[in-house]
Amino acid sequence: MQILLHNAAHVRSGDKGDTACISVIAFSDELYEVLRQQLSATQFKAHYNGVIKGEVQRYEVPGLGALQFVADGALGGGVSRSLCLDNYGKALCSAILAYPIEVPDRLQNQLRGV
Amino acid sequence: MASIRIGTGSAWWGDRVEPARLNAERGDLDYLCFETMAEATISAAQVRKRRDPEFAGYDTYLDDRMQAVLPGCLKRGTRIVSNQGWINPDGAAERIVHWLREFGGRGVKVAAVSGSLITDRVLAETDTILENGRKTATLRDSMVSAEAYLGAEPIVDALRQGAQIVVTTRVADPSIFLAPMMHEFGWDPLDHARLGAGSAIGHILECGAQATGGYFADPGFKDVPEPWNLGFPIAEVDETGAATISKVSGTGGAITTMTIKEQLLYEVHDPANYLTPDVVVDFTTARLQELGPDLIRVSGITGKPRTPTLKVSIGCAEGFIGEDMFFYAGPGALRRAELARRILEERFKIIGLKAEDIRIDFIGVNAIHGPASRTDGPEPYEVAVRVAARALTRAEAFKIGREVDGMAVSGVGMTGKRVPHQDRVREVIGVWSSLIPRAKVPWSINMYES
Repeated sequence: MQILLHNAAHVRSGDKGDTACISVIAFSDELYEVLRQQLSATQFKAHYNGVIKGEVQRYEVPGLGALQFVADGALGGGVSRSLCLDNYGKALCSAILAYPIEVPDRLQNQLRGV
Repeated sequence: MASIRIGTGSAWWGDRVEPARLNAERGDLDYLCFETMAEATISAAQVRKRRDPEFAGYDTYLDDRMQAVLPGCLKRGTRIVSNQGWINPDGAAERIVHWLREFGGRGVKVAAVSGSLITDRVLAETDTILENGRKTATLRDSMVSAEAYLGAEPIVDALRQGAQIVVTTRVADPSIFLAPMMHEFGWDPLDHARLGAGSAIGHILECGAQATGGYFADPGFKDVPEPWNLGFPIAEVDETGAATISKVSGTGGAITTMTIKEQLLYEVHDPANYLTPDVVVDFTTARLQELGPDLIRVSGITGKPRTPTLKVSIGCAEGFIGEDMFFYAGPGALRRAELARRILEERFKIIGLKAEDIRIDFIGVNAIHGPASRTDGPEPYEVAVRVAARALTRAEAFKIGREVDGMAVSGVGMTGKRVPHQDRVREVIGVWSSLIPRAKVPWSINMYES
């Protein structure tokens, strides 16, 4: 079944300079494996459609069921220089919630909001 | 096994004060720790001090925070560690002594820790800007201030000298919380396994309510009870660096494996290599166990040897940002907003606006996620047009507000406007990073007594 990442994981944004750090944490170990296969650093950057100017690095943390995305050039030059209303990019993580994911039907009971 | 209880008093300068009072009065704490700085806090304080010699140079909420927590801390014998000293830790210590006397605390030792400010020698002692690889010397003309991030050692030093309260200049956030563990358990500064574990607990505590249900709720997906009444976290840490995270009973919020996971990973970049002045933390082996409601055991986290250098932040005067907004609503709101944007773009050409960067957003449509926003949604009922520009001079940045003023009677039909106000221009203090050898950043401690 096709779902959104919102149904499979929760997210949090952090900032350091011009770099956004976005954690994507699966609701279960099985959903982590699905996300690991379907959300690469390249796909992540493409989803942000130009907001991220630099490289995206993905770190895998299976013990916490999490993927950590570190995106350079995502904060308009940094908190104090940024012209974005959300200077710190604290709401930036929520864009990835709309990313489409294909999950096996048997994992439906591990999803939220469906 | 020996353990100590450490609670959060604040996670940033603007944080709520009431949860700190609750932790002081009902947290049964050995230590209450305050983090009050953002990246540009030191530079902003230097700029303000230059304009306003009356500015004390420490946390502007120091009085509020100390009045709230000192009675509880004196009663319980809770020690305080805080980076509220900003650019004047000695002034902050003297002010804390004042409040101690007000509350009848006599003979209490307060340590002021200095040494982070290195503006006078940063260009000689650093080489490369981490963000762009250029030489730090290129910042000579624009530099406002520079400071190194101190670690936990200066605080441990002050505690060993008998300080009941330690107030510091810039110290890395987790180090404020790690220092009491090092002091109480006698951890060696090079014991990277324990310092890694302890720094991870410090990282959970440093962001306050972000571990207890703040910056977390997402209705229908992640619900948080009583999110208007969040308690700040408390860690009961043992001598291995494992801890149980809790909060004062009766407060709102939630401590779950989900809230702790989000906070563990928050801003750490590579989770196997989180750099602090004290140690390189490896979060990847973390084990989280739910012991009960709002009670999470955190263990298994370790560390790697610290780096030979400390991080330096260099604040630079980089100009000004001018910003304002106006509004549309009802049928056709977005089309009117689009015409307003066209008018502003043409006006900026006519007046020859000299901007480094300009951004015109439609709040309610694309202001937060920009080009990543969905475009297939229904027409918004309301749209705010927000315009911002960065310029080298205050006068140039001020023109943004003046052009928005013009949209009142010379703009589009049915335009809503705010009353012009004074803070439509703000100064930009850009922050750059570099590295400095540890030996070049000695600390000093002055002791005060109430």
